[in-house]
Amino acid sequence: MTSIANNEKIPNNVDLASDKRLQRALEEWQPRFIDWWKEMGPEGFQEDNIYLRTAVSVEPDGWAHFDYVKMPDYRWGIFLTEPVKDRTIGFGDHFGKPVWQQIPGEYRNALRRLIVTQGDTEPASVEQQRLLGQTCPSLYDLRNLFQVNVEEGRHLWAMVYLLHTYFGRDGREEADALLERRSGTDDKPRILGAFNEPCEDWLSFFMFTYFTDRDGKYQLLALSESSFDPLSRTTRFMLTEEAHHMFVGETGILRVLDRTCELMKKDPNEDARAQGAIDLHTIQRYINRWFSVSLDLFGGEVSSNAASFFAGGLKGRAKEERYEDHIALEATMNIPVMKDGRLVDDHVPLRNAMNEVLRGEYIEDSQRGLDKWNRLIKEKGVDFELKLPSSRFNRQGGLYAGLHFDPSGRLIDRAEWEARKHEWLPTESDKVFIKSLMTHPIYEPGKMANWIAAPKHGIKGRPVEFEYVRRSG
Amino acid sequence: MAENNAPQPPVRFETHPSQYKHWKLSFDGPIARLAMDVQEDQGLKPGYPLKLNSYDLGVDIELSDAIQRVRFEHPEVTCVVVSSAKDRVFCSGANIYMLGMSSHAFKVNFCKFTNETRLGIEEVSRESGVRFLCAINGPCAGGGYELALACDEIYLSDDGSSAVSLPEVPLLAVLPGTGGLTRLVDKRKVRRDLADVFCTLAEGIRGPRAQQYNLVDKVAPRSKFKDVVESRAKELAGSSSRNTKWQGLALAPLGAKYRDDGADYEHVSLTVDASARVAKIVVRAPKTATPDNASAIRELGNKLWALECFRELDDALLNLRFNYETVGLIVLETEGDPAMVLSSDAALDKNRDDGFVHEVLLYQRRVLKRLDLGARSLFTFVREGSCFVGTLFELSLASDRTYMRDDPDAESPPYVQLSAMNRGSFPMSNGLSRMQNRFLYDPEKAQKLSESPERFDPSAAVKAGLVTVAPDAIDWDDEVRLAIEERASLSPDALTGMEASLRFAGPETMETKIFARLSAWQNWIFTRPNATGPRGALTMYGRPERPEFDMRRT
Ligand SMILES: [Fe+2]
Ligand SMILES: [Fe+2]
Repeated sequence: MTSIANNEKIPNNVDLASDKRLQRALEEWQPRFIDWWKEMGPEGFQEDNIYLRTAVSVEPDGWAHFDYVKMPDYRWGIFLTEPVKDRTIGFGDHFGKPVWQQIPGEYRNALRRLIVTQGDTEPASVEQQRLLGQTCPSLYDLRNLFQVNVEEGRHLWAMVYLLHTYFGRDGREEADALLERRSGTDDKPRILGAFNEPCEDWLSFFMFTYFTDRDGKYQLLALSESSFDPLSRTTRFMLTEEAHHMFVGETGILRVLDRTCELMKKDPNEDARAQGAIDLHTIQRYINRWFSVSLDLFGGEVSSNAASFFAGGLKGRAKEERYEDHIALEATMNIPVMKDGRLVDDHVPLRNAMNEVLRGEYIEDSQRGLDKWNRLIKEKGVDFELKLPSSRFNRQGGLYAGLHFDPSGRLIDRAEWEARKHEWLPTESDKVFIKSLMTHPIYEPGKMANWIAAPKHGIKGRPVEFEYVRRSG
Repeated sequence: MAENNAPQPPVRFETHPSQYKHWKLSFDGPIARLAMDVQEDQGLKPGYPLKLNSYDLGVDIELSDAIQRVRFEHPEVTCVVVSSAKDRVFCSGANIYMLGMSSHAFKVNFCKFTNETRLGIEEVSRESGVRFLCAINGPCAGGGYELALACDEIYLSDDGSSAVSLPEVPLLAVLPGTGGLTRLVDKRKVRRDLADVFCTLAEGIRGPRAQQYNLVDKVAPRSKFKDVVESRAKELAGSSSRNTKWQGLALAPLGAKYRDDGADYEHVSLTVDASARVAKIVVRAPKTATPDNASAIRELGNKLWALECFRELDDALLNLRFNYETVGLIVLETEGDPAMVLSSDAALDKNRDDGFVHEVLLYQRRVLKRLDLGARSLFTFVREGSCFVGTLFELSLASDRTYMRDDPDAESPPYVQLSAMNRGSFPMSNGLSRMQNRFLYDPEKAQKLSESPERFDPSAAVKAGLVTVAPDAIDWDDEVRLAIEERASLSPDALTGMEASLRFAGPETMETKIFARLSAWQNWIFTRPNATGPRGALTMYGRPERPEFDMRRT
């Protein structure tokens, strides 16, 4: 047995110990991954002991093993949800046939593209967040940041496992390239736009985990329907981890709002900023930005790629079993398109509209958090309601890119956009203000930065003031 | 995709950099920059947005014009950098929806024109020393990569997303229509198995591997890309052999007068008889002698007959091609004093070293090639008052048949005569002069005849094999009428194939391969059910269903 194919080092349920090919591929790739992690992972904390959850098996007690670990020693593992017996293809032209354990040649390139695109987002988000530790609002949050980071690292492993196992030399090259691209660089940017956006402050981090990780959730849900069974099983396991990322986002924003409302009430003018909290308008602008950036990740409203992914059974709808018609050849979807300067409903064949179907589900799901946040604002006696902007607002891709819409979705001209965009999107002065709140880290166990409320509970039954991160010195 | 049969305004081929919609042409000393910036809503016809720098005929007409301007107006230019003005895409090729909406005839003519433009790029590089550097900053697919292939060198930005691809086979079940496959192995000499991998990979190849395969000449990181391209452009400009010692000539508008049934120009008339499916092109000789010194020739500029007349002929041929699809036969006639044609020939021959004259001769060569490649039957009628001599005799040599009227009572009986211009100034696509091509069975005869100063009267011309037949005055009218009517009755497809096979004898060149494969393989595949049948891949493109193939190999 080689050093790497060791269940201790790389926990797995893919029988790595007897898979020579995978061993060999991982032996080369794993050191590169560690190098990448040290270079691009959280900066300044690699020697610290972090109270992290590590997945050591797919059993209910195995995937949530908690202990202190230094991040570079984290045991990134390879887990697939247990196979569903006699699973059949759930949608598209091959509906009802047995799922594939190997990739059909016809779909090799398309599947590779899907996996690479998904895989690229995982290390990208680690890169985007690598400086955040230096301004953490508490040890609790710092630990959550690192938990998210190591799991994104594991998601990368999951995609690399598929590339190494099923795509031969091309797959190995793509796996290497995943470590070569760098978020936000000119030369080797990450594939998708939102993953090249800087995530420089903690409000952005919470927005990212709430909105952008939720895109991840929906992409994973759609891929977990795939006819390619290993992809389906891998993504199903990743979804369990993704849920925690969104929890970090949702509760993070909730705690910010909690603190904001509390401090507003203390201020004679209800001025949050005067009290060193983040005002609600700024929070709304951050929502507008991160929501619209995340919507772009779903791809064009009308897409021949989406149609062929669905037709081939490569990527379905989230929870496909809830739909009645799994062939989706007859149905259409109404999508407003620009004609002669106004929006007119176009009947788009449903298969071509699959990106929009997924985006619709995502929007609905995103609203749930806003409802909770608004309930809190109301409970606190503040008269304000956070809203999701229209899906046409501030789009860089798809049908509405290059046009201007206000947050309600009304078409406006460029002049109005230029005159009012500061009302709708974070301004330079917003960013300067947010940064002024987050100038240094809080390392004292249990202490919170002024702009955020403490969480209700700690982690795994530990108190909030538990030392979630043991600084190395 | 339904064919768009609504009446469309005719396509016009004259444009000017000030009117370009889709290209930005700028000049910086010896370097010209040609940046593609296709306006989505400015397609030549309605119904297909030109997304992602995809192109239609209108885009290519401007490209063709731009290269013409570099040739004539900017002798100082020794390197052209082709790039995209768009941020995230280089060029995604010919617009698929445009192709889907077009008639087969239009598609073929469109491909033919784009091929001629790309061959024109290679010609200006080879013959005039203007080096082309293609700087690919973004995805470059199909026709986009074929444009790159026409350039001398291809640089690719290594940014993780810029890729070159020929996705026609895997995505659309057709072939690249602008010589992509041929140039890959013939010109760039990409190894055949690697080319096979490349041509079946819809997403294409990026970065260093593209260079390993020799699909591109160099890759450079995005942050350095501009500088690397810039410095290579300077090197190429410096290494050029172009004759830059002449004053450029601003090409003047042609002033064509278009009619429903043709057009009139200074030296050319085009008249279409739609019901008979016959077009007549009359080319007139210069009215005066051409001065034989370079400065006087340049003084004539736009009014130099050899230039003006061939620009007009070019426009007439394109007009015929695109706006009169059903015309099957072109009758070529000439009028005027043969001595004036010979005077023009002698003047150009004497001043071949002059940069301007050089470009004029190359231009005439391209127009004559356009005539060869027109996919219409060509008959030349030589009669009293005609001037099929020298350069204009090339029209006859390009024809499928030449009829010469033999009328001993005529006041000035017609004759044909050769000049220096028939000795290789105007090679065909196969690299042969039209005389060599005609007398492939006796190369010495071709040589001797083209050096002979003799005036061939009808019987001598028949005897020498310079014309097909010389009916006498009594038979002439019937003879030509029957020939025209008989031609009109034959299948246009069969005639196109037959004529192309007979016209290009002798060796194959990259150029002949490109056109032959366009007409044979590409057009055949285009009309097969696997591409354009109700379940064909091209029909299904962008639709929710997947294509179905008839799996029998033919
Ligand atoms: Fe992830
Ligand atoms: Fe995540």
